[in-house]
Amino acid sequence: MTQAERTPRAFRDNARAAMADPILRRVLPSLGVRFSSHRRAAIDRLPEFDALRDEAVEIKNHTLQHLDLYLERFEQAVTAQGGVVHWCVNAEEARRTVLKLCRSVGARTVTKGKSMIAEEIGLNPFLEANGIVPVETDLGEYIIQLAHEPPSHIIGPAIHKTKEQVADLFLDAHRAQGKTRRLEQGEEMVAEAREILRDKYLAADAGITGANFLIAETGSIVLVTNEGNGDLTQSLPPMHIAIASIEKLVPTLEDAMTLIRLLARSATGQEMSVYTTMATGPRRADDPDGPAQFHVVLLDNGRSRLIGTEFQDVLRCIRCGACMNHCPIYAAVGGHAYGAVYMGPIGAVLSPHLLGIAEAKDLPNASTFCGRCEEVCPVRIPLPMLMRHWREEAFTQDASPAAERWAIAAWAWLAKRPQYYRLATRVAVPVLRLSALAQHYLRAHDLTRGWAKARAMPPPQHGTFMDQWRARQSTGHSAR
Amino acid sequence: MSRNTILNGLRAALRVRPGDAGREAAVDDRLRGARPGHIVPARARGRSAAERVAAFVELADASGATVERVPGTDAVPGAVADYLTHNNLPARVRLAPAPWLNDLPWAEHPLLDVSTGAARADDPASVTPCFAAIAETGTLMLLSGPDSPTTLNFLPETHIVVVRASEVVGPFEEAIIRLRGRGADYMPRAVNFITGPSRTADIEQTMYMGAHGPKRLHIVIVDEGDDRARA
Repeated sequence: MTQAERTPRAFRDNARAAMADPILRRVLPSLGVRFSSHRRAAIDRLPEFDALRDEAVEIKNHTLQHLDLYLERFEQAVTAQGGVVHWCVNAEEARRTVLKLCRSVGARTVTKGKSMIAEEIGLNPFLEANGIVPVETDLGEYIIQLAHEPPSHIIGPAIHKTKEQVADLFLDAHRAQGKTRRLEQGEEMVAEAREILRDKYLAADAGITGANFLIAETGSIVLVTNEGNGDLTQSLPPMHIAIASIEKLVPTLEDAMTLIRLLARSATGQEMSVYTTMATGPRRADDPDGPAQFHVVLLDNGRSRLIGTEFQDVLRCIRCGACMNHCPIYAAVGGHAYGAVYMGPIGAVLSPHLLGIAEAKDLPNASTFCGRCEEVCPVRIPLPMLMRHWREEAFTQDASPAAERWAIAAWAWLAKRPQYYRLATRVAVPVLRLSALAQHYLRAHDLTRGWAKARAMPPPQHGTFMDQWRARQSTGHSAR
Repeated sequence: MSRNTILNGLRAALRVRPGDAGREAAVDDRLRGARPGHIVPARARGRSAAERVAAFVELADASGATVERVPGTDAVPGAVADYLTHNNLPARVRLAPAPWLNDLPWAEHPLLDVSTGAARADDPASVTPCFAAIAETGTLMLLSGPDSPTTLNFLPETHIVVVRASEVVGPFEEAIIRLRGRGADYMPRAVNFITGPSRTADIEQTMYMGAHGPKRLHIVIVDEGDDRARA
């Protein structure tokens, strides 16, 4: 997809471009079908799934209500195991903390497991600008790193790329290592990436991963992958840096397992992801392998401000991607159109918070309010309601366009005055009935053009509702 | 400093003060294991040992692992040698240093090149013990340590795991209870839950095995005669 700029401000243009993009048209429809049918099958095999969701909500809500205390307990446990916790208020502080840690071991290259927090803080460009080469190891992240693109899906960062595009990227990037044949089979590409990245793991000076959960009881970070890249990243280099946001915390090992029961089933429809690893502290005195140093970089970045607000529920998110896998808007435009790190319904709620509503005002509007996202969310985040909150916020902060504001204000005035409202609809019906004229009218006027362009306005058939109602009452016609 | 900024910010948002005894107690209770209505899936509960093993085999198989059963630990080296031969793989294995594993009759298979220790970049296959095998999802649970270096679980293309039938548990909760039973410092550096071989669907949503970790996960379940192993 060619885009002028990848920001939420350009959402409308980007969405239009995405819908005309032949590659996305090929890739996106199968994505939704595959993920949702696999999810359905996995849930059908676990009758307790809905009850587990309620339990997960309780675990997350309880933890958020006591987050200050659990963070302290987590830090104590990490320290007791010989690890170090670094507290970072914002993205800038987190980037600098990671850089300082890398420099402390003279790092030149670092391997990375997939981390949305690393995307959120813009870690890779920062490390590169400071002379450290970050190497993404998740195959999808590796592909988009070679393409210099951001992820287009939380759990499938390169789902917008075709096999042919991957072949070209690999040929270009691996030529220097003597790989001069353009690959055709997917297996060959996976094998080549495995071979190339194997050397990177062994040569890296530090390994940076995200964390799906943090466990207060043990001071562990939990990392979930299917490839095993996160485990090689954290066990081969001499330093393991895990970056995680504060809401990833859960109290105990059992709490983590309850959430893990929901995670893979919601994400890919697996019973379990292939690798779920709990990493706790650096290598022990008698360990034959593992990192000598273990650091946890804890990021707030505005999350603590969400506590106690109507947006607190969003902090339950476990980043499974189910909301975007079931979103008709995501299925139409893909992840890049959103122009933000987090895409789909969860992104539409998170991005205005991270970037400001003025910047991201179009994203909460990128919804049909069909409600599927809330239906499939394993931790029952009321995503449509939160998007509605942001729409209200955009309206009260004057962030929405003048014409839209004027139209909503006019409608509100009418809706509060039934006699005028009836008069207006009675006038509107004969006008709208001249359908061709109505379509032309709506498309020609500034106020309605945006709305009418992609919608067909059905001409009203039999007068206003009130007229019909009265007519039926008087003829004794019963409502069916 | 940032630690205080974050904690004070949270307390302000929660409208609480530091040192609130009631909140501290709620957290301590929870960390000691008090949790309302803890659900353990029925499929993982109340089964006989034989049913647990059968359920584990079925789900491990569904995850893409291969499973075979042998009557005693002494049969493990033969099973490993046969597996490598049948799959046309190099006759070379790296053993985890667990003493009982190294005491098995590997010498009866002179064509098998056996060494012991953490994984090296070019080891084609590893043989490791496990801590538990979880019937709920067909998941193996391995603990890092001197007996079981974690790199053996990820670097080689073939990972062979020896599971003694007594190590098969029902739900995850049972495995966690056994983990806490290890003593005061019960967490090893790495707890690896492994469900099937490494895979990726990052190229056009097509599944390919062996992305970075093992392409093959072979599980050898030892049904009896593991007295030596218990020692």
